[in-house]
Amino acid sequence: MSIADVCVVACAEAWRGDGEVLASPMGVIPTLGAKLARATFSPGLLLSDGEAFLMHENGIEGWMPYRQVFTVVASGRRHVMMGASQIDRYGNQNISCIGDWARPKSQLLGVRGAPGNTINHPTSYFVPNHSPKVFVENVDMVCGIGYDRGAFEIRVVVTNLAVLDFDTPSHEMRLRSVHPGVAVEAVVEATGFKLSIPDSVPITREPTESELAIIDRLDPSKQRESQLPRP
Amino acid sequence: MDDKVLTADEVVGELSDGMTIGIGGWGSRRKPMALVRAILRSDLKDLTLVSYGGPDVGLLMAAGRVKRVVCGFVSLDSIPLEPHFRRGRQEGTIELTELDEGMLYWGLLAAAHRLPFLPIRAGLRSDVMRVNPELRTVRSPYPDDEEFVAMPALKLDAALIHLNRADARGNGQYLGPDPYFDDLFCLAAEKRYLSCERLVPTEELTGPPQSLLVNRMMVDAVVHTPNGAHFTSCVPDYGRDEDFQREYTQTPWPEFHAKYLAGSEADYQAAIA
Repeated sequence: MSIADVCVVACAEAWRGDGEVLASPMGVIPTLGAKLARATFSPGLLLSDGEAFLMHENGIEGWMPYRQVFTVVASGRRHVMMGASQIDRYGNQNISCIGDWARPKSQLLGVRGAPGNTINHPTSYFVPNHSPKVFVENVDMVCGIGYDRGAFEIRVVVTNLAVLDFDTPSHEMRLRSVHPGVAVEAVVEATGFKLSIPDSVPITREPTESELAIIDRLDPSKQRESQLPRP
Repeated sequence: MDDKVLTADEVVGELSDGMTIGIGGWGSRRKPMALVRAILRSDLKDLTLVSYGGPDVGLLMAAGRVKRVVCGFVSLDSIPLEPHFRRGRQEGTIELTELDEGMLYWGLLAAAHRLPFLPIRAGLRSDVMRVNPELRTVRSPYPDDEEFVAMPALKLDAALIHLNRADARGNGQYLGPDPYFDDLFCLAAEKRYLSCERLVPTEELTGPPQSLLVNRMMVDAVVHTPNGAHFTSCVPDYGRDEDFQREYTQTPWPEFHAKYLAGSEADYQAAIA
């Protein structure tokens, strides 16, 4: 079992209880998580091939071109897991650019669908490099809106160190669990704002043997291991 | 009306400086690249591009033809960040209207329907509203009283799209998995230009009827451009040329231009063969 495996399971847990909704994971580890969730405790999830087809284990089960994705977004029957170049304590997320928007120091992806996703349906995030550069007091460009701006639901933020949520009275970010071998202090140090820390912080659950077997079947070349920074 | 076939250079001859041009496809997928290359051979400048942006935006920016980009992203898909778009933004050489992807769709839909705007939730309370201060909101006149972004119509002077098959009258067919928004780009535009992999007699536009994405009242001219989406994908005719796309991102612009873009479309196709 590796930290990447723990992250896959933590991502899968984000979709627990979601029923028949479109799961839209961005990146290798969130995609493995969504597939694992469907193969185990969330069999209702719908998954696309990244193009226009909805894929079941045995092949194509539906057609979902981009224009229909936007209708599903507006309908609310979707739970996306995006990346975040920056994220703040309320879950405001930035993937557009770093620095002043008018003339950015570093132009990144653009806002993409983040404003529409976060106002319409549940959103989670995966951050492979938990650091004060990502977890900031204020993001440079609010793409995905946070709870203080009326987000529909930010479910969890999964990182290489921990799982975070917004289960506090003010919807400020809280440490839900630390991954095996990670100290609470390490998460605090890697976060550029004051995290809500419960008195007792549990350890993120480890994959079961059957989950590990499924992850290995889904990712035999262990692509997931190259997604996290080297310790 | 039975023969709308033009050359790519003739199409570009109908465009003018300062136009707002919508470009079909998505990212690095089914882009009308032969038409983009024809623009690169012309003197056109100060263009406003409306696009689910890919190398179409990057090439035109690198060549200094772009005043403003209206988009939700510019990406090469397998290579997430477009190098020329990045440089243009970081050096402040272009203006940007940055919208949520769904807002772009809604703006095209509003223009296609001759509506001044359409209401949408996407964008509300995000910094899209901050960086586009001209955007307005609207309240539902019904008891819910909900507030929406009033996404303005994105009216286009011209639309450029690329499909797998077309006839000389301007009926066009896509054979890949996704129509993207190519029909809407045509419906939102004054002048509509369709390039195609294969120009066929109308009776050879066979296959599922729902693959006939655009019809002749939506198209003013047709251009036969085999391999015309290169290096973006145009499945099932061909996939993305990943090696070439990598070369595009790694080669200094003057060198890339001299090697591939200084001559005609035939020279380009010979150079990549």
